[in-house]
Amino acid sequence: MTVTASPPTVGGARADDVRRALAVVMDPELDEPITDLGFVRSVAVDEDGGVEVHLRLPTSFCSPNFAYLMASDSKDVLVALPWTGRVVVQLDDHHDSDKINAGLAADAGYRGTFGHEAEQDLEELRETFRRKAHTAAMERCLTALLRSDPERTPDALGEVVLDDLPRGPHLDALVRRREALGLPVAGTSPVLVDHNGVQPDDVPMALRRARSTRISIDGNAHFCRGLLRTRYPGSEDDQVHRAEGAEPADAGHDPTFIPLTTLTTTQTQETTR
Amino acid sequence: MYTKDGESYFIVDAHIALWDARPENVRNIQGQQFIDCFYDYHRNLSPESEVWSKEEYLYQGGERLMKDLFEDGYVDHAIFQPAHLGEFYRNGFGQTEEAFALTQANPGKLTYNHNFDPRNGEAGLDQLRADAERFGLKGVKLYTAEWHGDSRGWRLDDPMAYRYFELCRELGITNIHIHKGPTIRPLDRDAFDVADVDHVATDFTDLNFVVEHVGLPRLEDFCWIATQEPNVHGGLAVAMPFIHTRPRYFAQIIGELLYWIGEDRIQFSSDYALWTPRWLVEQFVDFQIPEDLTEYAPLTTAQKKKILGLNAARMYDIEVPAELRLPEADETETGPRQPEAADAGQMATV
Repeated sequence: MTVTASPPTVGGARADDVRRALAVVMDPELDEPITDLGFVRSVAVDEDGGVEVHLRLPTSFCSPNFAYLMASDSKDVLVALPWTGRVVVQLDDHHDSDKINAGLAADAGYRGTFGHEAEQDLEELRETFRRKAHTAAMERCLTALLRSDPERTPDALGEVVLDDLPRGPHLDALVRRREALGLPVAGTSPVLVDHNGVQPDDVPMALRRARSTRISIDGNAHFCRGLLRTRYPGSEDDQVHRAEGAEPADAGHDPTFIPLTTLTTTQTQETTR
Repeated sequence: MYTKDGESYFIVDAHIALWDARPENVRNIQGQQFIDCFYDYHRNLSPESEVWSKEEYLYQGGERLMKDLFEDGYVDHAIFQPAHLGEFYRNGFGQTEEAFALTQANPGKLTYNHNFDPRNGEAGLDQLRADAERFGLKGVKLYTAEWHGDSRGWRLDDPMAYRYFELCRELGITNIHIHKGPTIRPLDRDAFDVADVDHVATDFTDLNFVVEHVGLPRLEDFCWIATQEPNVHGGLAVAMPFIHTRPRYFAQIIGELLYWIGEDRIQFSSDYALWTPRWLVEQFVDFQIPEDLTEYAPLTTAQKKKILGLNAARMYDIEVPAELRLPEADETETGPRQPEAADAGQMATV
């Protein structure tokens, strides 16, 4: 982090303010804040409320639509802070850096940035990944339940309601994803539902499909973290450990890593965060 | 061939390249970024002993390729799947002439697949005819995020693409390898989505569609489509090296694939020169699903043999010594089913 051109206390406090604001910007694909992923490369503030933030991604060829979303969301949250003046967000080292940075500087919006490559907006893309995030959160809860109770069969998971799930980070995450989709969060609400709240006819199949979604997201999240570390040595210091999908090899760059016997069972995984 | 513990494995490396990313061939910053990205993949996922210098990584040449694959890598047969990337590299990324010459110089060891781009229109159709005749094409490699003038991507179900698939059918080019990339028009949607594979696989049931990287980073979308379409296969390019640092992730990928599409439609590859086959073959033969992942059955030797070579050999009519062959398995419990039935059961996004 670079904090420049202002008294350390004020500058430091404001830089922290910037980071806190950026912590609500999500990588929609990985379902994590960009601050946890190490995507915030630098934060600089000046005494007039000017802010300059640089973002970095795991590869130059990360999807430009996701890159744009994260960069433009970052600018939005910083402009919304009461004390900020001129806000500059720059995406570094991406194949579309010039295009995206120019679009951000001019507040050109998605269509203004990408021209003929943009049709309407990125809302459908966001929605697709909100649904996937919910699917994965749901699978984590249900698979944990299955493993904690060998008597329970996959067929019976259709009857599980929110109140049946143990309290903890998995449940909290599921509730947040349900709220994002507008799904009910009452204790009597069935857990295994699609994005419209509809329960499946074929419960084991629905669980299997959800599992493949969860595996994809966890796998990508760790691969992207790893690529960022390879591309930007030292960036591991800016990454927050992701318990879901962690492997023994992660111990090398994560001092909090605790070897786990399973990926998905225990609630204790998330306490390492 | 690779032999261990009395078992012999026929090895087909179903996705290799002979590329040139040396400075004189790099056209622009994107060309540099592209090879840098590959090199980061290589450095990030390889065992330390297998990491090459950047200079070695830019270009290997035919001699090195033959050694890495056939002398050191246990490979019996390998298939070129070249990416053109003409907007990034002066003479293209995949080296057509060099790779084809190598194929001719080593009969029986190499298959040369080429590529096409439907945005080349009518002229491209004529070119495909000429290429099919010259190279004796059985397959093509298609990269949907290829840049082309002011277009940075295309879909397999674009009308012009259909003209190309019709021509493939006519020319006997039956094996269509698909590699999804980050750009596609419009950018509104997920470029890695494989819905267009679903459409072409339904409309061209006599063609095989091999989705490279098994659809990663959208494994779930790929599995769901592949389970409905018996002519959709999974290529393990880029998935294989997870076996080293992310073995649990790898186990789950393989477990899901075996569940959804079964052991007869999965193809091994090193994605040379992203990685080399030797360590991948050795580790895969030794690999087992971790015991605590109880949702998956242990991998069998027969499944490993099929994935490592027999499946691709069948698709490409590559002669396999009689003692190394295996019969096909029964269908998976998930399918293949009729696409209409599957789509009607819309539990689609759960």
